[in-house]
Amino acid sequence: MKSDLQYDCVVAGAGAAGLAGGAVCAGAGFSTLIIDRENRSGGILNQCIHNGFGLRYFKEELTGPEFAWRLSEKARNAGAEFSFNTTITGIKKLDDGSFDIRMLSGTNGVQHCNARTVLLAAGCRERTRGAIATAGSRPAGIFTAGAAQKMLNTEGKLPGKSAVIVGSGDIGLIMARRLRWCGIEVKAVVEIMPYSAGLTRNVVQCLHDFDIPLHLSTSVVRIDGNERVTGVVAAPLDKNKTPDMSRSFTIPCDTVLFSVGLIPEMELARKLGVRENPATGGATVDSAYMTSVPGIFSAGNMLHVHDLVDFVAEEAEFAAKNMIDYLNGKVAGYEFSADAGSNLKYVVPSRFVPGEPSRFLFRSTIVADKAVLKAEVDGNVCWEKKLTFVRPAEMIIAQIPANTLSGNVCFELESLENA
Amino acid sequence: MRELICISCPQGCHLKAEISGDSWQISGNRCPRGEAYAKQELTDPRRIVTAVMPCADPHHPFVAVRTTLPCPKAEIPALLNRLYRITLPEDIKNGDIVLKKIDNLEISVIVTENI
Repeated sequence: MKSDLQYDCVVAGAGAAGLAGGAVCAGAGFSTLIIDRENRSGGILNQCIHNGFGLRYFKEELTGPEFAWRLSEKARNAGAEFSFNTTITGIKKLDDGSFDIRMLSGTNGVQHCNARTVLLAAGCRERTRGAIATAGSRPAGIFTAGAAQKMLNTEGKLPGKSAVIVGSGDIGLIMARRLRWCGIEVKAVVEIMPYSAGLTRNVVQCLHDFDIPLHLSTSVVRIDGNERVTGVVAAPLDKNKTPDMSRSFTIPCDTVLFSVGLIPEMELARKLGVRENPATGGATVDSAYMTSVPGIFSAGNMLHVHDLVDFVAEEAEFAAKNMIDYLNGKVAGYEFSADAGSNLKYVVPSRFVPGEPSRFLFRSTIVADKAVLKAEVDGNVCWEKKLTFVRPAEMIIAQIPANTLSGNVCFELESLENA
Repeated sequence: MRELICISCPQGCHLKAEISGDSWQISGNRCPRGEAYAKQELTDPRRIVTAVMPCADPHHPFVAVRTTLPCPKAEIPALLNRLYRITLPEDIKNGDIVLKKIDNLEISVIVTENI
């Protein structure tokens, strides 16, 4: 079935990735439609009212809504069209290589459009209490950090009077400060790992500034309360990494926020048959950020969870430039594979063209003050880079010149000095 | 010697500050912002303040705002109290000034979103 609505590029999601990518496609003269289920562009940035965005991308410090507004203007001025309050319910590959996009909205009902390429930029979801199987009762007052952030920052609703934050992801840390600035007590942040899952500067400006205790290597073993949360029971981990109940303690509170990680929103891609990368939770992509389905590209938090929106925007622009090459019929050169070896959770992209400079993104699984990142081909180190202050919360980026890697590469991270 | 973590950018440099004579000597910073941050932090710590303020638009009951410059930490609670008590009109837009040069500081509060 061919629809009346025809686009060169359809972008799923009008957040940072979708706006930045859509602006590039539209700016190059390709008809572009950006679809979002919310009633405005910006995605998660709209509820991130704090500052700290844009230093890299816009060379100035902005809040989330300001960053979103600028990107949105960029996309609009480039000629991208928008469809808001619209959910994509399916993407189907057609015989001619184009795609049928099935959309649903309150005003237009079910609609179809045809796209030559698709940029998957739908962001990610929060992991919940269920994902980490926290025991206890099920009273009111338990939220994911992002849900509480949305309530507070767009609807002005306070989630409670005194809170415990489970997990030290960036959203949880940012919420600790937001709650305090709204007159809500923050009793503690409880983190199961021996280090914070969020950026160091967020630990400083969101916890240290308010003397909020951060309990590391500690697990929340139970939530108490009937109608409403009355408290959580936490216990430090013993040397076998199981909670030591002899040292457990109760923290009275009426609100619990979970900030325990994010998962790429892969529902649509999965149905389309896009191959997944189990380490990122997103799609596997080649050097052009194209997925295993030709014509379908992915970028931003839907590809892998980023710590900075600046990198999301850059990545989406890069993917969009490759979409343009694809639309112009340019075919990538021969590719080798890239794999993550010791102490690395993943590497993106999974493939690279040896004759072109490559940019790889990594997530460390270790904490180290000094480390070295090595690229090995057939067991020989072809390239290496010294790193300082390696943390799982902070993405590692490596630029590798053309013709440096002459075969399938495996990256290894080696700690030189422990934190 | 004092140890600090720079919050000027996401790199979060670990800074060391040592008194030499009557000024601080800063090391560990990877850019000039780190030195400026440490000196400011040790003498007069300041933070950018962000908040949401009530708005008369029924479809958009709260609007995001921020200070144009970092605000002295001790002044933050009073500033927030002031902001929470003002209801913004429906026609405000990104960049509009909500409070101008508060308390003779060079700091203003501006709207950071379009509704």
